[in-house]
Amino acid sequence: MSTDMMSKETRDADLGAPVLKIEKLCTWFDTREGTARAVDGVDLELYEGEILGLVGESGSGKSVTGYSVMGLIDPPGRIAGGRILLDGRDLTRLSEEEHRRVRGKDIAMIFQDPSMTLNPTLRIETQMIEAVRAHEACSTAQARRRAKDALDMVGIPSPEERLRAYPFELSGGMRQRVAIAIALLNKPRLIIADEPTTALDVSIQSQIIYELQTLCRETGTAMIWVTHDLAVVAGMADRLAVMYAGRIVEVGTTKEVIEQPGHPYTRGLMGSVPMHETRGRRLARIPGATPSLLHLPQGCSFRERCALADKACTRMPELAQHHQAQSIRCWHPGETDR
Amino acid sequence: MQAFIVNRILQSLIVVLVMTLLVFAGLFVIGDPVQMLVSPDATDIEKEAVRQSLGLDQSFVVQYLSFMRDALHGDLGNSFLTGAPAMDLILKRMPATFELVICAMILATGIGLPLGILAGLRPEARSSKTIMAGSILGFSLPNFWVALVLIMIFAVGLGWVPASGRGETVQIGPIAVSFLTLDGLHHLILPALTLSLTKMALIIRVARAATREVAGQEYIKFARAKGLRKNRIVGVHLLKNIMVPLITVIGLEFGRTAAFAVVTETIFSWPGMGKLLIDSILTLDRPVVVAYLLLMVVFLVFLNLVVDLAYLWLDPAAREKGRD
Amino acid sequence: MTDATSSLPRRAAKKPSRLAMLTTRFAENRLAVFGLFLVVLAILAALFAPWIAPQNPFDLATLDIFDSMLPPGSTGSENGLHYLLGTDAQGRDVFSSILYGLRTSLIVAFSSVGFSMGIGLVAGLSAAYFGGALDAILMRIVDIQLSFPAILVALVLLAILGQGVDKVILALIIAQWPYFARTARSAALVERNREYILAVRCLNLSAPRIIARHLLPNCLPPLIVIALIDLASSIAIEATLSFLGVGVPVTKPSLGMLISNGFEFLMSGSYWISLFPGFALALVIMGINLAGDHLRDILNPRNS
Repeated sequence: MSTDMMSKETRDADLGAPVLKIEKLCTWFDTREGTARAVDGVDLELYEGEILGLVGESGSGKSVTGYSVMGLIDPPGRIAGGRILLDGRDLTRLSEEEHRRVRGKDIAMIFQDPSMTLNPTLRIETQMIEAVRAHEACSTAQARRRAKDALDMVGIPSPEERLRAYPFELSGGMRQRVAIAIALLNKPRLIIADEPTTALDVSIQSQIIYELQTLCRETGTAMIWVTHDLAVVAGMADRLAVMYAGRIVEVGTTKEVIEQPGHPYTRGLMGSVPMHETRGRRLARIPGATPSLLHLPQGCSFRERCALADKACTRMPELAQHHQAQSIRCWHPGETDR
Repeated sequence: MQAFIVNRILQSLIVVLVMTLLVFAGLFVIGDPVQMLVSPDATDIEKEAVRQSLGLDQSFVVQYLSFMRDALHGDLGNSFLTGAPAMDLILKRMPATFELVICAMILATGIGLPLGILAGLRPEARSSKTIMAGSILGFSLPNFWVALVLIMIFAVGLGWVPASGRGETVQIGPIAVSFLTLDGLHHLILPALTLSLTKMALIIRVARAATREVAGQEYIKFARAKGLRKNRIVGVHLLKNIMVPLITVIGLEFGRTAAFAVVTETIFSWPGMGKLLIDSILTLDRPVVVAYLLLMVVFLVFLNLVVDLAYLWLDPAAREKGRD
Repeated sequence: MTDATSSLPRRAAKKPSRLAMLTTRFAENRLAVFGLFLVVLAILAALFAPWIAPQNPFDLATLDIFDSMLPPGSTGSENGLHYLLGTDAQGRDVFSSILYGLRTSLIVAFSSVGFSMGIGLVAGLSAAYFGGALDAILMRIVDIQLSFPAILVALVLLAILGQGVDKVILALIIAQWPYFARTARSAALVERNREYILAVRCLNLSAPRIIARHLLPNCLPPLIVIALIDLASSIAIEATLSFLGVGVPVTKPSLGMLISNGFEFLMSGSYWISLFPGFALALVIMGINLAGDHLRDILNPRNS
């Protein structure tokens, strides 16, 4: 309760220190054909209770960014540079055991497909109790009570029965609620949600989105919502960051990015998604295909698909402030098609 | 679920019935046992008398039916050689074989499972490649030859363990076992090790493949994201899922190992039923061969059934399907 | 027009490139190459045994009873032969016996695998193509048989059939055809349900033609792998059967027989009679398995 009050106070007073601060993060994968720079110099900040939508196509590096924060990058992948500061503590310097203690405790993650994330051979209670006891020395009974409360919190009816169930006995939406409850068990500072509604029915999607949003607001938990679907995050995120080929190409408040997208790629994304703001307009399509990370064009990665590209674009543009909180990585920010 | 089990039991019974027919038909054409039983200078009339006394003069169908009627009463005929009931001969030898097989399977699983998981968790590591090369070796070396080499090194060369026999045994009820005495253990270790090598290689491979498959699953990543300790992830989340394919393999291999013990028992003069089978084949002691085969058929079919049930027990989703 | 002509030579060039790619990938694994080398060596040694072997171990005239049980590296007392790997109780050169034994072992293995593959292919492909009762009956037989270890099936068959090279081959065929049938069937089933087979069927081509031209080529990669594995296990099973005394006859010894012959002398220290044929046997089987194992990995579409 008191932390709740605190978070509101600190947010009011100039937002305070960020919960998460990512500086020049580079996550590279060494493959036979060369080094794929899946994430190449990403900067992000996240404050208490804030929801950040991290948007991009598959292969843009948005999920890899999430996994990097979790410390779940396996060889051939590696964090090649940069810092990930959680409440000022650099996660990239932690030992494996120290990092384990952060995972699931300070940072939790929700995955895309709820039918795959729960272990099919273990009861729900087993999977919840172990998540509590991995971080705290408490009795099984205590851990179980916490698990039941968490299920209550995410709106699961008759949690006592659900605890005894196996994952296959639950519906998809119910399973994702269980996954969310597991993420909330240890009251994390930050939740990374990797497309948590993509695999669900549309009606359940909006429910889950609403519930997660409310939970974040109530508990002051910060959240990164990773998605390829602008329409999903437009309604819930405070800020949006758009990724392309391992870099952030545009970042700003949701209002800024949706109403006046500055990067040609963001505009392409907006144009290709049917949503409220684009009603009545013809859906556009971004020409060409996502480039392979091994063969990126020199300079701006997007220039080969961009109608605005000219000589200047053969050099890499910096992420520069464009409008208040909005920054754009482009030589022609805000220009419309010629 | 009950319907499923009943169905499986019925299927098993049919398999057993078909196999009795096949075994009996096959053995019906085996060399004439009468030649073995009578002295070389016996007259045709004497031979005919022996033939009649054994019921060998009757038609195939009559012989089969009377054989089945007796079999249902637990009578599989008497040994042509010793005159003792074939069933008793085999049952007396069975504990020795099972002791050997169980020890071999424990060795194979106890060593093979951890090695296989290790190799599956880090497929590119040098240690994993060594394990896999070792498993190909274990797969390739013919069992009987491994036995010879082991005898040569440990029995003949170093003299650490005896090369044959069962050693001192302890009675547990009607069953004699070797593993409870030091001398018995000494006798047991080489044959059990020999028998286990191929199975160990197999379990390594299955465990590795299953581990690679399971380790890539989302629920393992989720378990890591929960901050679970590595021991818990491997020992519970991974292990429980790879047990599903492994139980099948271990169960079925148990039967195969029991059959393969024929070779090991012959080399180490281990007084099990496999050695009895070879001796009986070489002496054309038909009732013993038939009895061995039938008991083996029943055993293997029963094992298949147990494996199926174990599978239901391990995989909750399959249990649900079985119930419908 | 230009498009069509330019794509033609390209397509023609594609086929060898797939084979070349497989060869390259195969060559990447040094153990597998070593295995293949062992296999080729064994085949050559078996083929040219009469020319390589210093002695014909079955020609009694060349045997010298005074040369019996000589350790490796000895020289014959009268004929001056150099016994590289020693001699056995009859004065036979062990090295020559191994070369001739290899012949028997490989003849048994190759012919049994060849026949079981043929039978398995026909059964598996027909089951997959025609389905229905034929499929059900064939696969029931396969299932029943697969629940019994091949060694046991072979052992019982030989107990019925008696000794002999041809009988061992027959027993191995009966014991091993179900593996091929099952593999061929499952590979063909995947292919059968593809749309192009449906299209070909609509063209009213005859069943054997569709099976041979369309289903067969797609079943071959997994079957080649099974064939290699079975080749190794055929050699091992034959050796085991011969060792137990129910396999090949004394007059035509295989490697297993040679090992068995030397067994009784093992305890008295004359290790070479058993040990060297055993090494030969183990190397051949290992070679096949090393090559087969890697081949399976690179033929598996999931790994490419």
